Amino acid sequence: MQRIINFVLRYRNAFLYAFFAFIALVMTIRSHSYHQSKFFNSSRWVTGSIYGAGSDVSSYFNLQEENKRLVEENQQLRRILFNAQYDSIEPLDSTLAVYQVMNAKLIKNSFTSPRNYVTIDKGEEDGVHQDMGVITTDGILGIVENVSNGFATVQSVLNTKSNINAKIKGTEYFGSLIWDTKDYTLVQLVDIPRLVPLVVGDTIVTGGMSSIFPENVPIGTIKKYDLNDAKSFYNIDVELFSDMANIKNVYLIENKDKEEIEELESRTIE
Amino acid sequence: MNNTLIINMLRFVLLIITQVLIFNNLNFLGFINPFVYVVFFYWYPIKVNRAIFMLTAFLLGLTIDIFSDTLALNALASVTIAYARPAIMRFCFGVNYDFQSFSFKNTTKVQRITFLALLVLIHHLIFFSFEILSIAHFLLILKKVFATGIVTLILCVLFSSLFSPKTE
Repeated sequence: MQRIINFVLRYRNAFLYAFFAFIALVMTIRSHSYHQSKFFNSSRWVTGSIYGAGSDVSSYFNLQEENKRLVEENQQLRRILFNAQYDSIEPLDSTLAVYQVMNAKLIKNSFTSPRNYVTIDKGEEDGVHQDMGVITTDGILGIVENVSNGFATVQSVLNTKSNINAKIKGTEYFGSLIWDTKDYTLVQLVDIPRLVPLVVGDTIVTGGMSSIFPENVPIGTIKKYDLNDAKSFYNIDVELFSDMANIKNVYLIENKDKEEIEELESRTIE
Repeated sequence: MNNTLIINMLRFVLLIITQVLIFNNLNFLGFINPFVYVVFFYWYPIKVNRAIFMLTAFLLGLTIDIFSDTLALNALASVTIAYARPAIMRFCFGVNYDFQSFSFKNTTKVQRITFLALLVLIHHLIFFSFEILSIAHFLLILKKVFATGIVTLILCVLFSSLFSPKTE
């Protein structure tokens, strides 16, 4: 017994190291296979407020560019609105609309690691909840993963765990959007059958199979494609429309029918 | 003694803030985000209780992980360099580095940069290997380790000469 205690005492630093390394390893491996930790993430109060303060300062530096972008978008929306006046018969009723949109600001962006999460400045108080879709003015950004009172973290499309339903615009051929971590401007669309005619430059949009994003939200264009190892499906490199390195204002999309759809689907599987 | 404690606490907080607010958003050449907080391990007093040093390292890494949503990668890398620091110092400064008279002033610049470079290299190797966690991406890991490592090293050398501690 004495010798065991002596042994432990002599190597106490090594044991301590092993202990810390073990905790860290468990956390690392968990983060590879499970969802982000519920309690330790950048949407928590302390981390969120520090990022909020930092972003308050840094957002002044690109106010001008951001304003220009928003004005352009307003122009586009106005054009649609004015045209809609003439061809819509029914009056707009917001309670009938399936998708609700709200805006938020990015307070932490990330696109260099294999699993990127961004943090936004809207949380539970503003009606944000898990699995809402997040888009930028140009294309998609990701899906809300964790929500605290005033902040939320979003799993970006640039995340190896991300898997979003997407299709080729104008057709109903759909596949999954994944990321191979190599380049933050390119994501990969897989599971498109080889009989589908593809052209470089075709637009990829979100598919209607998920209840998170509305159908036909633009994602990007085909940059390159080849057949996979089994020669039965295409691997397509999609160049994203949104510049993932330069995002400030984003929109959150809520599908009001989502719960109903999910409930129905879970009942069907049972 | 009390003074060094306060200095180290201040460094701890300031390094976390500069790391998460400035250097995590650097994205130099699209992927280089240097980990300047490694300089903490260079500045930390030499004659210390190793257990407390490792605990500090773990907390430092974990805090940065929580901010950057890379849970426990930084903690793992920091604890490892904290544990390996005595061995690295023995390698760089010779066997008698823990004598009373030893101080950074008696060492050459080359010795200090080697020490810092080894800390950075080990930290980055562990960080990127576990971040990617796949042998298939070996070249990607090496590329990230060396590209980020060199930038980190340059920044750490700048930091350490800008804010050089006087007493240690």
